[in-house]
Amino acid sequence: MLLTVNALKKSYSGAEGPVDVLRGIDMQVAAGDTLALTGESGSGKSTLLHLIGGLDTADSGSITLNDQEISSLDDAGRAMIRRKRVGIIFQQFNLIPSLDVMANIAFQARLAGVFDTKSANELADALGLGAQLKKFPDQLSGGQQQRVAIARALAAKPQLILADEPTGNLDETTASEVMAQMLALVAQTGAALVMVTHSPQLAGQMSRCLHLRQGLLA
Amino acid sequence: MIKAGLSALLSHWRRNPLQLFTLIAGLALATALWSGVQAVNSEARASYDAAAATLGEGQYDQLLPVTGETISQETFVALRRAGWLVGPVVEGRVGPLAAQIRLVGIDPLTAPGGLGPLGNGGGMGLAQFLQDQPVFANAQTAARLEGLIDAPVVIEPTIAPDTAITDISVAQRLLNANGTFNRLILARHQPLNRVPLGQIAPELTRRAAQAGSDVARLTDSFHLNLTAFGLLSFAVGIFIVHGAIGLAFEQRRAMVRTLRALGMPLRMLVVLLAGELLVLALIGGVVGVCLGYLVAASLLPDVAATLKGLYGAQVSGTLQLRPTWWLSGLAISVLGTAVAATGALISVARMPLLASAQPRAWAIARGKARHVQMATSLGLLSIAGILALVGDGLIMGFGLLACLLIGAALALPLLIEGILRLAGARAHSVTAQWFWADTRQQLPGLSLALMALLLAMAANVGVSTMVSSFRLTFTGFLDQRLAAELYINTQSTEQARAMEAFVQDQTTEILPRLTVEIELSGLPAELNGARIGPTYSDNWSLLASSPKVWERVATGEAVLINEQLARRAEIWVGDELAIPQGQLLPIAGVFGDYGNPIGQTIISEAMFRALHPEVQATRFGLRTDDPVALTRALMQDFGLAAEGITNQEQIKAFSLGVFERTFTVTAALNILTLSVAGFAIFMSLLTLAGMRVPQLAPAWALGMTRRRLGQLELIRAVVLAVLTAALALPLGLGLAWVLLAVVNVEAFGWRLPMYLFPRDYAVLGLFALGAAVLAAAWPARRLAQTPPAELLKVFANER
Repeated sequence: MLLTVNALKKSYSGAEGPVDVLRGIDMQVAAGDTLALTGESGSGKSTLLHLIGGLDTADSGSITLNDQEISSLDDAGRAMIRRKRVGIIFQQFNLIPSLDVMANIAFQARLAGVFDTKSANELADALGLGAQLKKFPDQLSGGQQQRVAIARALAAKPQLILADEPTGNLDETTASEVMAQMLALVAQTGAALVMVTHSPQLAGQMSRCLHLRQGLLA
Repeated sequence: MIKAGLSALLSHWRRNPLQLFTLIAGLALATALWSGVQAVNSEARASYDAAAATLGEGQYDQLLPVTGETISQETFVALRRAGWLVGPVVEGRVGPLAAQIRLVGIDPLTAPGGLGPLGNGGGMGLAQFLQDQPVFANAQTAARLEGLIDAPVVIEPTIAPDTAITDISVAQRLLNANGTFNRLILARHQPLNRVPLGQIAPELTRRAAQAGSDVARLTDSFHLNLTAFGLLSFAVGIFIVHGAIGLAFEQRRAMVRTLRALGMPLRMLVVLLAGELLVLALIGGVVGVCLGYLVAASLLPDVAATLKGLYGAQVSGTLQLRPTWWLSGLAISVLGTAVAATGALISVARMPLLASAQPRAWAIARGKARHVQMATSLGLLSIAGILALVGDGLIMGFGLLACLLIGAALALPLLIEGILRLAGARAHSVTAQWFWADTRQQLPGLSLALMALLLAMAANVGVSTMVSSFRLTFTGFLDQRLAAELYINTQSTEQARAMEAFVQDQTTEILPRLTVEIELSGLPAELNGARIGPTYSDNWSLLASSPKVWERVATGEAVLINEQLARRAEIWVGDELAIPQGQLLPIAGVFGDYGNPIGQTIISEAMFRALHPEVQATRFGLRTDDPVALTRALMQDFGLAAEGITNQEQIKAFSLGVFERTFTVTAALNILTLSVAGFAIFMSLLTLAGMRVPQLAPAWALGMTRRRLGQLELIRAVVLAVLTAALALPLGLGLAWVLLAVVNVEAFGWRLPMYLFPRDYAVLGLFALGAAVLAAAWPARRLAQTPPAELLKVFANER
């Protein structure tokens, strides 16, 4: 099993005391799986995604990625996981504004030491970015920026891709195009995909769907 | 990974060249002003050291005449025969009055080792020196000596500026001083069985070797003040750097988060950021050191003239590139960057990877930071108050300065915010309400630049108050001390007696200079005998006195002491002072004595002559209604040489000229510091202008014209500058008070009275306003010309 999550709990301190965001999550994801995480706002979808990606640490429970327990890793260890095993696609794109499109696509792959120009160019072409490589993020539309973010995540050849409402900032038509391209490319690489979404339509395109309600899987 | 991380971090500067320019320019300016002042100081100190090393000042004990300025050849011979290992020195001045050269003659056979160009390894053997009898001088002095003396001149770079050294016989010939010397230098190791000095030469006194030269100690005050100015300028520059680094880190906050999300370890990120800053600091430092060299080169001639005029210190007018100087310039640049960047680096290290997860925590942290700033400011100002009341020592003085300035700078944004809040509450029109609210919103982005302006203006007010007070005090002091119309220097006691008889009917008062070096209260001091008369009682103003002070001193019932002695020995009016021969006399008054390093006591002439009958005056002040006629009579009828007569007017005119040179230096530093602060405001406003569009777009959409918005931007800068200037004035006066009443007293033993110069402050305020308007003009114009399409993007969510 590529990803195993056991009894995962997480709480935050709020204005009126601690808030339990995740109250014991158990789930598994196999290589090549595509999984949608749905739920209302505040149900803990993004928090779960962040914990799996090593962006945050759990209060208790375990997360095992490809036989490696990541919840007990220190900052440098979790950074290594993000660099080499996981690709993250954010709703806000989070591109580096001072780097051009090609440098953004190449960035994580270069950090991971797996960059090759040919596959980066192929990814850019497949996502329709071939003519935009010298542009900077602020010269691109929202859909183009999200395509760059997808290319960046895939260029590093991760085993697991985490997408946090990747089309949340896009119009319906663009969202459909971007989603189709992303699913096709993920399928080509054989990576697993865990995607947070509010959209039942997008969730329907995934092989599985898990629904969160008040910090628990429904 | 390092390469990828660096490429991302550095790409920020490529896309924001203006910010990069601000950072490097801020560092360069800070380093330039600091290293410029340091270059001037180190050049001056090197000149003093060269003089001390060449002439043996400070290194060896010396024998000096108790009275007069000459020692006879017979006394020297008697001392050598009695076993004393002494070397004679004769010195005097040659050349025109305005550009005199100090000519020093030594005897290479008896001078202690290492003395003079021969001992320094100047390349000439003793035999050749004795045969050729050359005059040694540095290249500039040598050029001026050409045609002035009839002796071969040899260039020796180690000789102090405006000084020439030669064999004693040559110097005696050139100075018309045959058979006499001015001082005798004692070898360090003397025979044990030599005859006591008092038996052979009672007319000589021994002065112990000192750690530093007299000149170095005298000029310390001047250099300390220059250093304080350099440090303040540096602090102003560092505020710019702090602002630029803070902005760069703030703008890269999202990038840093992304880099970490993509797998860059936090530690490596911090190391890369620190490495990037180190490189920028070195670039800024190199540019700053180059600029500092230019600043120093332009200031040095005026500083040299000031030091020469005030203290007689010879400083080379040309600058040398000393490795310690430019290395310390680079070091201060790196250190300043480290200070400015520490907070930003810590915030990066502590920044949570998922900021959105803890928005409330961030809001609470920001609120806490304000409280911490307020508490720190109050704490520092309280410490400053306590130090001013109960502190003691020079370190305390500088601690007080630091607490006062940093505390006030931290308080500035909070005070201005309070004033803006008050103004907003009293505003009636909607535009005015928006203006005050919007100005408050801009305050965090401008606060560092405003702090820089506050420090620059306070430094200007403080230093110009100190220098102007110094000028007023010193000119008053000159009026006291140079009350006599003519000053006479006779060659011998016989000539002195004859001169006194000659001028008896042509003067209203004759003031002999009777002085002897003694120890008082365990400290080296001068004992002076004064012929008390109207000149003293009418002209001398005392810092503290008892009733009938002059009568009591004249009748030998009391003494006067200078401020240095009073403060060092912790005695004051009403206390008693033990003068030689065990006599205890009450202190009737304390007089100011500016620029003199040692204590002085004045007793009546009669008492002085009773205590030291061996001392005879050879120098006199003459009071006369017709100094021109008296000068003519002394030269033509009495036969006194022109060099022996000095007119009071000439000395005063010369001294005032010196002060004007001093002011040139201070004014240049004032303008430079203010320019740096103006630059800080300009760069802050320019940077903010780029971030202002989302804030101004709603006001524009609701009906304000772009032109009006631009005008309000300009008015905002002026309002903030006025508020800062108003707060800088009391701070500057506080700074002046600390410099005059605390630092000066602790460092030099005398306190300067503080005067106020309202006109100067008003002019400075206008300059600050002008700087603010100039700084705000371009950013305001840019905002006024923002294309509507750019403003519309705010609402289209496409920015």
